[in-house]
Amino acid sequence: MSTVLPAAPVRPAERGVQSPFRRIASDFVANPVAVFGLCLLALIVAAALFAPLISPQNPYDLAQLDVMDSKLPPGSKSPSGGTFWLGTDDQGRDMLSAIFYGLRISLMVGATSTVLALVIGLTMGLTAAYFGGRIETLIMRIVDIQLSFPAILIALILIAVLGQGTGKVITALVTIQWAYYARTVRSAALVEKRKEYMEAARCLALSPARIVFRHLLPNCLPPMIVVATVQVAAAIALEATLSFLGLGLPITEPSLGLLIANGYQYLLSGKYWISFFPGVALLLTIVSINLVADQLRDVLNPRLQR
Amino acid sequence: MLVYIIRRSMQSVVVLFVMSLLVFIGVYAIGNPIDILINPQADQIDRERAVAALGLDKPLWEQYFVFLKGALTGDLGRSFVHATSALGLILERMPATMELAIAAMLIAVVLGIPLGLWAGLKPNGFAGRSIMAGSILGFSLPTFWVGLMLIMVFSVMLGWLPSNGRGPTTLLFGVVPVSFLSWEGLQHLIMPATNLALFKLALLIRLTRAGTRESLLQDYVKFARAKGLSNARVIGVHVLRNILIPIVTVIGLEFGSVIAFAIVTESVFAWPGMGKLLIDSINLLDRPVIVSYLLVIVTLFILINLVVDVLYSALDPRVRLTDSKG
Repeated sequence: MSTVLPAAPVRPAERGVQSPFRRIASDFVANPVAVFGLCLLALIVAAALFAPLISPQNPYDLAQLDVMDSKLPPGSKSPSGGTFWLGTDDQGRDMLSAIFYGLRISLMVGATSTVLALVIGLTMGLTAAYFGGRIETLIMRIVDIQLSFPAILIALILIAVLGQGTGKVITALVTIQWAYYARTVRSAALVEKRKEYMEAARCLALSPARIVFRHLLPNCLPPMIVVATVQVAAAIALEATLSFLGLGLPITEPSLGLLIANGYQYLLSGKYWISFFPGVALLLTIVSINLVADQLRDVLNPRLQR
Repeated sequence: MLVYIIRRSMQSVVVLFVMSLLVFIGVYAIGNPIDILINPQADQIDRERAVAALGLDKPLWEQYFVFLKGALTGDLGRSFVHATSALGLILERMPATMELAIAAMLIAVVLGIPLGLWAGLKPNGFAGRSIMAGSILGFSLPTFWVGLMLIMVFSVMLGWLPSNGRGPTTLLFGVVPVSFLSWEGLQHLIMPATNLALFKLALLIRLTRAGTRESLLQDYVKFARAKGLSNARVIGVHVLRNILIPIVTVIGLEFGSVIAFAIVTESVFAWPGMGKLLIDSINLLDRPVIVSYLLVIVTLFILINLVVDVLYSALDPRVRLTDSKG
């Protein structure tokens, strides 16, 4: 959240002037649904971070698994005295533990690819906006062509070409996402570029790097934060889809999508829990991120600022 | 206009060429299809014969050259697995995908525009808020999981609808096999189409709602009301007509993405379309089919984008088609 802080000098002590961060925070909590989303997201992230501590069992440790426990319905007693609250899968893994560990992988892939794409997109977009000319035409033409194809198609092409694996999925997600950031930051930067403070910075003969990073970038951040939030959710959903299609992460690192795919074959025989609960976890993650993003969009929109 | 179309077409040819080269090299790099296709017990002579039969013994540039020469005459190579024309294989599957995509788009439009209009007219009412909440859910629900849940509820629990396949097909106009003409086929179609429609439905609701809210504040709406026109006429003629322009554009552009997303829905419901073929081909390293699918779908996309651009300028006289410079 601290990235929301614009670099403009603001003295909170001054009477009547509210710091932008406090304003954004207080606007954000005005919507109870968004606060609910944020709390839910915090819980999910905590569950993913502390998965080894809170999981009833380590789903990767074969010594703890027993095939006799496989495909038990939710609420069954485990031989060690515990309860499989969400049932077990075909290998006798506790679904709850598998979901916690799966969340870890899904969130990790989503966050990593978003950060990488954000950095690349920001650099490309700012370069295009600041320097203009041929560089801008070239970058924006690539962005235009790329954005005219749906993400899933580009992802499948890349996976078909690159092969499978965690690193390759992240590469595919980054390749898809940078274009969104490049386009957003460029349009924001083009507006900012014409403002007086940019002219003042140029008159001071500051280096282009300093102008771009200290003056231009902070003022282009608000729309980027909104896009980044939405894109984390999109990345998680896309990774899950690829894994479901069997083209994503390897089986040794079961993300939520892979857990869902795993249960697909048992669905028709009525063993719904193997697919159902990982799906609920995925859904809650995406919904909570989208709720936060929705409110951030309103709060950070300069046109709605009071 | 004509100059614009010609220039766009030339650009498209360049995009297609670059795509085919990249994909060809890329697909070539990921492993040897022979390992999957041939019986592991086959001896060296059989192996070499198979490699030569598929043309895999030649160097990459020569393979690409052979492919390019074929492509110019409409031959995109033969499938390694099915041993028939790759393009023919895809065209054979295309009606199934198209039927699914059109059905999904219809569902999205028929439900999305009225719901969005309603939410836009009464943004603070209970219905308006519920519709918006529903659309956030529609954006957030992972398509493939919703498909699984539909199967769970309607096929496994209730036993109302079949869980996979296309059902019996009837020939439309004597050439195109379709499902929707028979009751059983329609039963097979309804679940996958709904599944595919969800995301677009949410999108259309949001778009229509935003457009409605914006145009309600415009002077021409105020003027129409001041003239004493009925509410139905103001909304039906003055509001709806003006928000239709962006909606038509989005419907056009999204049609392409529906075809692409059909890959997921087809896999869930075992719908025998092009998308399912692509996934199977990627798993089997059936290179000619992968390359042909991508060329077909990229061509389709370029055509759709071009048609939408031209339509847009026809619908909105303010839009001039020029080759934009950045």
